[in-house]
Amino acid sequence: MRDNSKSGRIVKAPENFVAPELAHEITKEGLSAERRGFLRRSFMAAGAALAAGAAGRAAAQAAGEGDPAILTLPQHSRTLGQPVAANPYGVPSKYETNLLRRESPGLTRVSQASVAFTPLQGLFGIITPSGLHFERHHQGWHDIDPAQHRLMINGLVKNPKVYTMDDLMRLPSVSRMHFIECGANTAMEWGNVAVPTVQYSHGMLSCSEFTGVPLSVLLEDCGYDKKNGKFILAEGADGSSMTRTIDISRALDDVIVAWGMNGEMLRPENGYPLRLVVPGVQGVSWVKWLRRIEVGDQPWATKDEAIHYIDGMPDGTYRQYTSIQECKSVITTPSGGQQLLDKGFYNITGLAWSGRGKVKRVDVSVDGGRNWRTARLEGPVLGKCLTRFNIDWVWDGAPCVLQSRAIDETGYVQPKINELRAVRGTRSIYHNNAIQSWKVAESGEVSNVQVY
Amino acid sequence: MSRFTKLLFALAFVAGAAQAQTLVNVGRPATAREIAAWDIDVRPDFKGLPKGSGTVSAGMAVWEGKCASCHGTFGESNEVFTPIIGGTTAEDIKTGRVAALANNRQPQRTTMMKVATVSTLWDYVNRAMPWTAPKSLSTDEVYSVVAYILNMAEVVPDDFTLSDKNIAEVQKRMPNRNGMTNAHGMWDVKGKPDVKSVACMKDCPPTDLRSTLPDVSRNAHGNVAEQNRGFGAVRGVDTTKPAATAPLAGRGVAAAAPVARPAAAPAAAPAKNNALALAQQNACLGCHGLKDKVVGPGFAQIAAKYKGDAKAGAALAAKIKAGGSGVWGPVPMPPQAQLKDADLQALAGWILNGAK
Repeated sequence: MRDNSKSGRIVKAPENFVAPELAHEITKEGLSAERRGFLRRSFMAAGAALAAGAAGRAAAQAAGEGDPAILTLPQHSRTLGQPVAANPYGVPSKYETNLLRRESPGLTRVSQASVAFTPLQGLFGIITPSGLHFERHHQGWHDIDPAQHRLMINGLVKNPKVYTMDDLMRLPSVSRMHFIECGANTAMEWGNVAVPTVQYSHGMLSCSEFTGVPLSVLLEDCGYDKKNGKFILAEGADGSSMTRTIDISRALDDVIVAWGMNGEMLRPENGYPLRLVVPGVQGVSWVKWLRRIEVGDQPWATKDEAIHYIDGMPDGTYRQYTSIQECKSVITTPSGGQQLLDKGFYNITGLAWSGRGKVKRVDVSVDGGRNWRTARLEGPVLGKCLTRFNIDWVWDGAPCVLQSRAIDETGYVQPKINELRAVRGTRSIYHNNAIQSWKVAESGEVSNVQVY
Repeated sequence: MSRFTKLLFALAFVAGAAQAQTLVNVGRPATAREIAAWDIDVRPDFKGLPKGSGTVSAGMAVWEGKCASCHGTFGESNEVFTPIIGGTTAEDIKTGRVAALANNRQPQRTTMMKVATVSTLWDYVNRAMPWTAPKSLSTDEVYSVVAYILNMAEVVPDDFTLSDKNIAEVQKRMPNRNGMTNAHGMWDVKGKPDVKSVACMKDCPPTDLRSTLPDVSRNAHGNVAEQNRGFGAVRGVDTTKPAATAPLAGRGVAAAAPVARPAAAPAAAPAKNNALALAQQNACLGCHGLKDKVVGPGFAQIAAKYKGDAKAGAALAAKIKAGGSGVWGPVPMPPQAQLKDADLQALAGWILNGAK
């Protein structure tokens, strides 16, 4: 049996237990002894109806004199609390320890070349808390001393230069909100349903405000070769020295050499003290622990652009340098592995994004794609940034399938999984931006399904 | 204004404009030695490739000591990383297209099936291998290891010496050299998408349920109830139990709210002890199970073997540091030179205690 005074969970009072006429009378005339009696009897009747089954005791307790969470003054109202700065950096409430980055068991053998997923199922708005930003490393992460960190720019430049963090942070910075999505996000769903929750299906996705200096400023400073400089190579300082080729027009557009994330320095797991931010482009190009930029006249075809992050096509060819994260969306609540508490009103909410610009519209279907309604987009709606959508829904208790479909400002419509497969086949791993389906069972349990 | 003053103004203006173009006193020129130290990339046209050479047989020696523990004796292992060798044929070397990529006869796609450029192998081995000690190979060792990989894939013969002089010739034999395309719209932000969907709104074509999570996978990611917030619009499903089948109506609100108090998930729980944490941090568990063999022996197996041996602690610590081979099979263990002595002692003691 639960002791509700200790468990910390809230037992809801029965809702709508007062008849409309009585409510109107109380509002108008105030509470008399007679009306108080009516109110009490209605409350108990409603409580008794709810009390059927295993939850009887909790509801009955509530139906007596009222909710113990109200009637018994809690300790936090009767004792001295913690002093300021007891947690000088701050940590989430102890009641929030369920939402963590998690590895998908069995996905990788070694945690230094692995991924930990962001718990999208419990986050709000569009910013990912820095401590929950997804992790993907190729040879483990280090906490690098910023005083010892250097950025070199060389190759087809007039003046090859070295910058310290002190140098870079003297420069006028820009702060922009962008999503970052691993090219392999949702990879496990290319074939069949493989994972239970949105954390594992879509959690290689995060969004932050990044602060740094535009790469164009540094390339200009070094006098890059405007005629022959067609590409840059970004290189990291970790063991894998991750390298990625980026087209110079992209590099000069909105790419940032960033040190800040959500108002603080980058977290070590996300590239402290310096990383590249390449808006709209898959996460592997956002080279962490950035140590070097080389300007060249040809792409480099390095390991992660020649063996991984390439798209296997049905004819056996591989598409190389597939980098743009195309328009995509996912419902985060209700989503796989969640349980609806009762019939009635819900807010269906989720995230939409496009590597090609702003999200223009998100449609939601609750009948597996037969009929769609257009959702509300919550501001701000920014380019190459997550956009939160919401739509009202009253669940009648019948089984149903929830889907969301995003459209970006180029007019591109997020495809169904079978439409993607018709072009790319079934041997692809990366760049799965298909519509996600969540099935709601009669029991209220939500599960991951594919429909088409 | 005299002509002289005019000239001064003109000069000052030019200097000012020039200053706006450069970040005065921010950063400094890179020296030639600094650039040489970091500029290690090698491109498909072999720009950046240092002079040197290595034989297949020298490569085999390096491979067996430093690579085989993760990649298998023949580069075929799928234990730690995806396999390097397999799925390519002599015919592929002729055509430059790996047939198994189209007919899918190879169960798992290997590195040699996909990689189009030999520079890619050279660059990656040089910058990132061996996995626990990146950038520790000499230039000639890199040539040797790449020669050995190419030999295992039957691209070069047993007596081959790979060098900066002949690497371009080898490129012409890469099995998948013609297998890559850049002709698509997914590199350029303004590129043309390959899939065109239409946003139907009403009475769209009927859909079928095609795939659901298999029952055996229900709890494969731990108890999902512990991975959701314990209050709010929804709860996490208790995946330690079978799915409920009864409709919600009649079960009551509280019955549908199973999570009382958040609990840390097993996957993210702090390590039980320091030695286990050390083993995790140093990727020991990639090759060793706590109980059973993975690539190398399970820790409990090691403990059983050395039970009662008073000198085993010091010997095991030394062995972890220096690496070894032959005791538990042909695949050698690479040295773990990064470990401090105290950590070595802790690890050895913990292993000999049964890794509990």
